[in-house]
Amino acid sequence: MATRKTSRKPNASAEELLGYYREMLLIRRFEEKAGQLYGMGLIGGFCHLYIGQEAVVVGLEAAADEGDKRITSYRDHGHMLACGMDPKGVMAELTGREGGYSKGKGGSMHMFSKEKHFYGGHGIVGAQVPIGAGLAFADKYLGNDRVTFTYFGDGAANQGQVYEAFNMAALWSLPVIFVIENNQYAMGTAMRRSTSTPDIHTRGEAFGIPGEEVDGMDVLAVKEAGQKAVAHCRAGKGPYILEVKTYRYRGHSMSDPAKYRTREEVQKVREERDAIEHVRELLLTGKHASEDDLKAIDKEIKAIVSDAADFAKDSPEPALEELYTDIYA
Amino acid sequence: MAEITLVEAVRAALAHALEEDPSVIILGEDVGVDGGVFRATEGLWQRFGRDRVRDTPLSEAAIAGMAVGLAAQRFRPVVEIQFQGFIHPALDQVANHAARLRNRTRGRLTCPMVLRAPYGGGVHAPEHHSESIEAIFAHIPGLRVVIPSSPGRAYGLLLSAIRDPDPVVFFEPKRLYRAQREEVALDGAGLPLDTAFTLREGRDVSVITWGAMTRECLEAAEALAGDGIEAEVVDMATLKPYDAATLLASVRRTGRCVIVHEAPRTGGFGGEIAARIAEEALDALVAPIRRVCPPDIIPPLPKLEAAYMPTAAEICAAVREVMAWG
Repeated sequence: MATRKTSRKPNASAEELLGYYREMLLIRRFEEKAGQLYGMGLIGGFCHLYIGQEAVVVGLEAAADEGDKRITSYRDHGHMLACGMDPKGVMAELTGREGGYSKGKGGSMHMFSKEKHFYGGHGIVGAQVPIGAGLAFADKYLGNDRVTFTYFGDGAANQGQVYEAFNMAALWSLPVIFVIENNQYAMGTAMRRSTSTPDIHTRGEAFGIPGEEVDGMDVLAVKEAGQKAVAHCRAGKGPYILEVKTYRYRGHSMSDPAKYRTREEVQKVREERDAIEHVRELLLTGKHASEDDLKAIDKEIKAIVSDAADFAKDSPEPALEELYTDIYA
Repeated sequence: MAEITLVEAVRAALAHALEEDPSVIILGEDVGVDGGVFRATEGLWQRFGRDRVRDTPLSEAAIAGMAVGLAAQRFRPVVEIQFQGFIHPALDQVANHAARLRNRTRGRLTCPMVLRAPYGGGVHAPEHHSESIEAIFAHIPGLRVVIPSSPGRAYGLLLSAIRDPDPVVFFEPKRLYRAQREEVALDGAGLPLDTAFTLREGRDVSVITWGAMTRECLEAAEALAGDGIEAEVVDMATLKPYDAATLLASVRRTGRCVIVHEAPRTGGFGGEIAARIAEEALDALVAPIRRVCPPDIIPPLPKLEAAYMPTAAEICAAVREVMAWG
């Protein structure tokens, strides 16, 4: 696991740092609240929390432009919040209500936003990868310079259709960034027990796709790598692979007893590499913000999340007739 | 009007769709330079360019997945899978993604893609080149399953499938690709989906079928007519969602039903039809429902194929058996 280069000077303004802090904190508090609501029995289906991985999407969204697309797996709440989707709509979808992004029929794994170019939330491991390549194919065909961020995990990196998509994306120079969020565990199986070589970013070499490893607990490093990848794609040079080394603090899903790792291991990452703490330190040591400023942001985020939870609890359940809608046109 | 074969009708429909709608793109193995394994796309690459008629690697899962992504961006991809038996790697994308995009997004994204694949036996091919696995797809809500049985229906149904806002699997009876010619008006007119076609009217027995087996059924009906038995032959054409009204009305008129398909018996779509008739028209039946179909075995090599495929004689025998009732 890469350790943070603490001597590194932030290549970001106070305003940017505050923005990242705010966005990462929103995801964390949102997910904590989702965990609570799940515990209260308000969320059906499964629920996969993004806590610990916040710097990945926030860093990459900082490298994205209007019109760029994103698609990901079932651990998708963070991606939706980071691309600007409404926390109320996301939370209400978790609780399966009318006010949710899929009006209570998609659930945690299946939300979409055309306006924010978010193409889901997909529950089948790795299946979103060729779909992401297809989104990029459409943009290439249309002749615009949009890029598609296609997120998947270290577990999905062992699925066959990922490599079919790599080949086609490279063959046709598709503007797609394959973002491998390597949180070290495919559900309960550690990478060393599932994956023949530790460097997943080299898996594109056979297809001529450049890849690099990024410290996913450092939002600035993620942003920088994202900008490089975006420039590569926009220049028409085809796909790019980013293996973002990150860590999930919570279980695979809410029903995970986490027997596959020690409490100490989790605690160590939280204490030494936490992405939010990192930005907080940069803000304070760089005198970009005071403790009071950050407290005010905390309070503001708490209010947003609390409003989202209230909305998600108050929004009505879908009507029974909704069972039969949207199967066919 | 042109006198054309079924495969020529498929090609004409594809050409018309490419011409009328710039969002139509053809993807598949060998569909471009080579013109397709059965030449269904021959000449389209030269006419519409390699961007719109695109040769792909041998990667059925990713071809289908990319088609879902294209469709989500408002394209109308038409994918060719070389043989129906090669479609299994694509099943994840079809069942878990294409068929569910509308429902998951509450209609904000749709998946207007078509997956074409030649199906069926009787062409002296090995097992996975002779499959008839339509029932697997007919089990998937959100998907349309369409099977033409003549050049005219291939032309009209394929155009409607491409224009349909939802995903369609379009299984072409390869045995009929070049078996007959018929006059088809190549005017771009589609035929209705989700609709059965009554190919021959008759008062005594309903023979329900689809795809290549329509030929054997019509042949059987002709032979039976010589003995004074009037068989009605209904081509289901769309298996999902299917036209229960036409089916039930026919059985209510005749009181007898023989279902014919070339897929193995257990779990074949004939079981669904029989169940529906039993649920909704049992009172009209004067004889048990009979299925004429292969047993639960793997399609054999050519020397035994004739014993595997249902024949007109077997259909006649089943009809005579149900005629003995009542």
